[in-house]
Amino acid sequence: MCLSIPSKVVKIDDNNMATVDTMGIKRHVSLDLIADEINIGDYILIHVGFAMNKIDEEEALQSLELYREMLEAMEEEERRQVIESDDQCDNRTQV
Amino acid sequence: MSELQLKDLYDGFRDPDVIKALAKTITDETKNLKETLNIMEVCGGHTHTIMKYGLKQLLPHNIDFIHGPGCPVCIMPKERIDHAIALAQMEDTILLTLGDMIRVPGSKSSLAVERANGCDIRALYSPLDAIKIALENPDKKVVFFAIGFETTTPMTAALLEQVEKQGITNLYFHINHVLVPPAVDAIMADGQAKINAFIGPAHVSVISGAKIYQPLPEKYGAPVVVSGFEPIDVLQSILMIVRQKNEERCEMEIQYSRSVTLEGNIKAQEMIAKFMEPRKHFRWRGIGDIPDSALELREEYAAYDAEKIFADILPTEPIDDHKLCICGTILKGLAKPNNCQVFGTACTPNNPMGSCMVSAEGACNAYYRYGEI
Repeated sequence: MCLSIPSKVVKIDDNNMATVDTMGIKRHVSLDLIADEINIGDYILIHVGFAMNKIDEEEALQSLELYREMLEAMEEEERRQVIESDDQCDNRTQV
Repeated sequence: MSELQLKDLYDGFRDPDVIKALAKTITDETKNLKETLNIMEVCGGHTHTIMKYGLKQLLPHNIDFIHGPGCPVCIMPKERIDHAIALAQMEDTILLTLGDMIRVPGSKSSLAVERANGCDIRALYSPLDAIKIALENPDKKVVFFAIGFETTTPMTAALLEQVEKQGITNLYFHINHVLVPPAVDAIMADGQAKINAFIGPAHVSVISGAKIYQPLPEKYGAPVVVSGFEPIDVLQSILMIVRQKNEERCEMEIQYSRSVTLEGNIKAQEMIAKFMEPRKHFRWRGIGDIPDSALELREEYAAYDAEKIFADILPTEPIDDHKLCICGTILKGLAKPNNCQVFGTACTPNNPMGSCMVSAEGACNAYYRYGEI
């Protein structure tokens, strides 16, 4: 019951409903629990057919940027580690 | 700012290189830890992420996970499932519920078995679908067996609001909405589980606000990080916990800041408060009675309350699990699924004995599907 895939609003429908795109799948969701105005292009978090809240785009981008920086900073060390040790957990990271 | 693409978000949070890099950082920073970190991931969604992506295997030995009670299907005691079955067996009735509830064994049967026997039992994608079903079946009693934590409760409230607005009279509610903080308190008060940090479920906080976790660090000396569900969210949350320990801090922090605020979704909270109030007692499977740990309909909505309207057919006797099933001990954070003697043998996802194996979010199901057998 805990999906966390962000959905993009592609259409505002009647009766406080919206059509969203979740990883390419179109869904019809209720906006009844949202106090903010929702516009086309907004990202929202969906739970059992309802939008729970708007996702802050800037926050999401910042998080991703942080991960990228961390990776870049560690790349050399990471490469060395891979060469020096045959980490038994490597095969588990192919997600 | 360039437009955020869905694919970027999704791929970014599962990037194997980023996962490895984060695991390495955590390993480096745990070297000076004075004690093993026993982190309870309260929510079954996190248990699944940890198992599915093999996060435990990527992390050093001084980090362990204790699986918490945050799976609404897992914590449902048998007598409540017997309620659902009794309601479904009434004449001219359609019983509706969410998720895996249909497969969980009650004392003698399950909703799946009763459906096979001819009862009209349906799993909904969204609570709102109940309206359509009630309108299409005016000569039937439609009962919504409502389950879920803080995350799902407002959806039931929104449904009630629609039912009231549209004047629907044949839709009844059996409310089983439960609350995270009293369950965590009960486990900690028990004193047996060795937990010194928490990963808090983000979706609960999207609705209730991260403020509901604020008392925990002071009360139990355990940091809480409110975490998203992607593997990178969970690893980043663990890193935040490790850093708190290394800096001798003990606080509530939000990792999932892209969606969680301190106050949560006020509109949703108001909608819940309009229709529901704390229930004095609710018995949790395996954990037992926890006061004020669930919600019920307010007296003024008794006309919708299946528990009141159909009280004479609902069994009241509490029923414990099969004595070989250790779901209760697992839910209390005292055992792992592979400590159970029937795990993977007499109890499998196809033929579950206990709720932790049934639910896709249950710890036993996660262990069965992703390893540790």
